[in-house]
Amino acid sequence: MAKIICNEKLSEDMFLITIEGDFPGEMGQFYMIRGWEDYPLLSRPLSIHEINDGSISFIYKVLGEGTLRLSKLQKDDNITLHGPYGNGFPKAEGRVALVGGGMGIAPLLYTAKKLHKTVDILDIYMGFRDEALLVDKYKQYADESYISIGSNITDQLDISKYDYILTCGPEPMIKRIVEMKEDNHTKIYVSMEKHMACGIGACLVCSCESKNGMTRVCKDGPVYLGEEIFYE
Amino acid sequence: MSNTKVNFGSVEFKNPVITASGTFGFGREYNEIFDISSLGGISTKGLTLNKRKGNKGMRVWETPSGMMNSVGLENPGVEDFINKEVPFLQDLNTNIIANIGGSTLDEYIEAVERISKEKVDMIELNISCPNVKEGGMAFGIKTDTARNIVREIRKVTNLPLIIKLSPNAEDIVAIAKACEEEGADGISLVNTFKGLAIDIDKRRPVFDNVYAGLSGPAIKPMALRMVNEVYKQVSIPIMGMGGIMNWKDAIEFMMAGSTCIQVGTANFINPKVSLEIVKGIENFMDRENIKSLEEIIGII
Repeated sequence: MAKIICNEKLSEDMFLITIEGDFPGEMGQFYMIRGWEDYPLLSRPLSIHEINDGSISFIYKVLGEGTLRLSKLQKDDNITLHGPYGNGFPKAEGRVALVGGGMGIAPLLYTAKKLHKTVDILDIYMGFRDEALLVDKYKQYADESYISIGSNITDQLDISKYDYILTCGPEPMIKRIVEMKEDNHTKIYVSMEKHMACGIGACLVCSCESKNGMTRVCKDGPVYLGEEIFYE
Repeated sequence: MSNTKVNFGSVEFKNPVITASGTFGFGREYNEIFDISSLGGISTKGLTLNKRKGNKGMRVWETPSGMMNSVGLENPGVEDFINKEVPFLQDLNTNIIANIGGSTLDEYIEAVERISKEKVDMIELNISCPNVKEGGMAFGIKTDTARNIVREIRKVTNLPLIIKLSPNAEDIVAIAKACEEEGADGISLVNTFKGLAIDIDKRRPVFDNVYAGLSGPAIKPMALRMVNEVYKQVSIPIMGMGGIMNWKDAIEFMMAGSTCIQVGTANFINPKVSLEIVKGIENFMDRENIKSLEEIIGII
């Protein structure tokens, strides 16, 4: 059980929640979170947005009962976190681009913070449907940053400029990026999203078929090499 | 310190808490979180003779006080289980229950024969999975079909055999009696209730398989009633389950007639819940001055 430091409304339906405590975690990992006792039954998987001394934060969009309840929590309310779970992003090197679409920007802030000192180039691409959010927080870690509102962020991306692309967002966006890869050297890592129950790889409700067989998004993922995944 | 030991037929459990099939994998993931040897037993992910990929499409849907799943018996197959998981499980100090499912009688028989050569403590025959179109639950609806499969399986294994029953059975008491008559060593109940969820925007079912299995606290009162009804009509022991979220629920199931209890959906909410249930039962025994759990099993 931990205490909420703040639960800030970023837009109509997006929130930034910060929780007190020294929580471990690697870039791209997630926690199972519940801000209630018994109901809703399941916890919600949220990827790590930022870890600081004495706090961890997550961003989320209000989509259903659980995130609606989360959005109503206030400073000093209790919240339960299990984790960190999942494999997370690899330690990218050289020229690196982070590409986030909508809520998919969530795991990329901590990723940028971890990578910007060790890589040669760190560019950040952020695509939004209606309004740009949190852009300045990301820009501090970026050599170049690219923003799109209402259009495809991938239109601005030339993947041949990079050794690594780390991306998270809507599946059509991820698919467009993976399809850009032809014979070039760029390694594309994608973070996938699925409904989950246990979060640790036991229940198999988030399993999907990859080119290497069945895979558990919560345990074997959520990060995969782009070409391993079958897109819809 | 209370003695939580129970005898389930010929098999001794150090405590009555077992993790339910399909919610605990083969134990590895939870063993990273706590020492699973402190549990009474583990019922493995449902195994079939051959590897299965499981169902396509959405596999989980939350409901008021419950969840529906449509995993569809994704599993590595019996041979892979024996080679990769049994060595790990054998080193644990807890009872291992191999949960076996199938699509045809022959498939069940072959899988059970193969498992029976291994060092597992019991077989739990799953005739109640609602998520596999061609079989599983089909064996657990009609009493005569269930009777036949238990009779055939009994011939091919000397391992203690428990039959996992479906709450969707046409007459769960009659099926339980048939299992007993055909030589089953115990009954586990209940598997999930068959349910339906609809996506009204898409005007189609949430699950590709249309119907899916409901578990969690929503089913507890019905599961408890079924355990009690079966307890009154059979003399072989029962492993009760269905929405057990805490030690109080576990005690209720024991009072209703369960010798052991299985914890399923609750593992997802708190990965250490089964351990907490063991502790809760110990504390209850101390507080109530209960020397043996036999004192409370089936008192209702």
